[in-house]
Amino acid sequence: MALELPENVVVSRLDELASWCRKNSLWPMPFATACCGIELMATGASKHDLARFGAEVFRFSPRQCDLMIVAGRVTMKMLPVLQRIWLQMHEPKWCISMGACASTGGVFDTYAVVQGIDRFIPVDMYVPGCPPRPEQLIQAIIDLQDKIQREGTITGREFDTAERQLRKRALVDSSQLLSLDAARNPVVQRELSAAAQQH
Amino acid sequence: MPAPAPSLDDILHPLQERFGALDTTTFRGQTRLVVPAEMSLEVLGFLRDRGFDLLVDVTCVDYLEYRGAKQRYGIVYLLASTATNQRITVRVFGDDPEPTVASVVPLWAAANWLEREVWDLFGIRFSGHPDLRRLVMPEEFTAHPLRKDYPMQGRGERHNFPILTREDG
Repeated sequence: MALELPENVVVSRLDELASWCRKNSLWPMPFATACCGIELMATGASKHDLARFGAEVFRFSPRQCDLMIVAGRVTMKMLPVLQRIWLQMHEPKWCISMGACASTGGVFDTYAVVQGIDRFIPVDMYVPGCPPRPEQLIQAIIDLQDKIQREGTITGREFDTAERQLRKRALVDSSQLLSLDAARNPVVQRELSAAAQQH
Repeated sequence: MPAPAPSLDDILHPLQERFGALDTTTFRGQTRLVVPAEMSLEVLGFLRDRGFDLLVDVTCVDYLEYRGAKQRYGIVYLLASTATNQRITVRVFGDDPEPTVASVVPLWAAANWLEREVWDLFGIRFSGHPDLRRLVMPEEFTAHPLRKDYPMQGRGERHNFPILTREDG
């Protein structure tokens, strides 16, 4: 995955150059499942042109993309498909979770809708809104470009270890974080088994 | 404006003659029949031959927490006649455990997926259905989600997936 190179000035300049190139040619993979997909199309259309930020082509093949924009609610039937598409993308790759449903499940707290794709996919940018306006999505792309420029390396070192990612991701220490997944959350399982034993 | 639908008495009278007294109610122009489960296929076939050629929907109501409910499931057939613009609702009741109703796939081919959806979401078995399996929920799903005793947020099935991290590539 990552090349072993000694760190020196030349490499850091190369990092900046590589990040600059990558951020200005992000090719989105539109994973549009629902209404946010319409706003995604609007962002790519002529009025709010996404192509001026380098996102020239919306390739529908994951092999040719580096940015996956998940626009819309993801159901439990669709999530394995989402994971497969994510795995098929080549590194370096980033993910934008567009809209309330992709970020947290939105208004649909039901048995079939996954409450946030970041439970199962690493997400770099969240765009709130239902649906977010095209300008918000463009702002997210710009912020992602800043993130890539700040943290990108030519060898892809930033994707290497969990600690490196976590240092950038959240303020919470992940070892203290209980699994959001009900089946693996020890507190939930303890309560369920206690309730089952009572009956 | 299409012509208003003629009244259903010319359908209901032969129906009562053939099958005996069936519970019939009319409310604001909508007619509803309640049919015992043993007779459901015959009654629906009779109605289809009398002109109700369109099966609009097959659905179900769960009367688990309903005051005065005698049986738990009410399977609803909505029929319409394309020639005369009449509509009629046929209701068949079923009960726990193993609610079973005769499948109307021999009468209307559209019932194939409609009954599959009712099986998926309510757990009503349709005897004689050629391919009774889940339609909207994934195949490995075990519960019937639209029953009243199934919680709206589910029982953890929606989050029972592997977690991909950056290291997984």
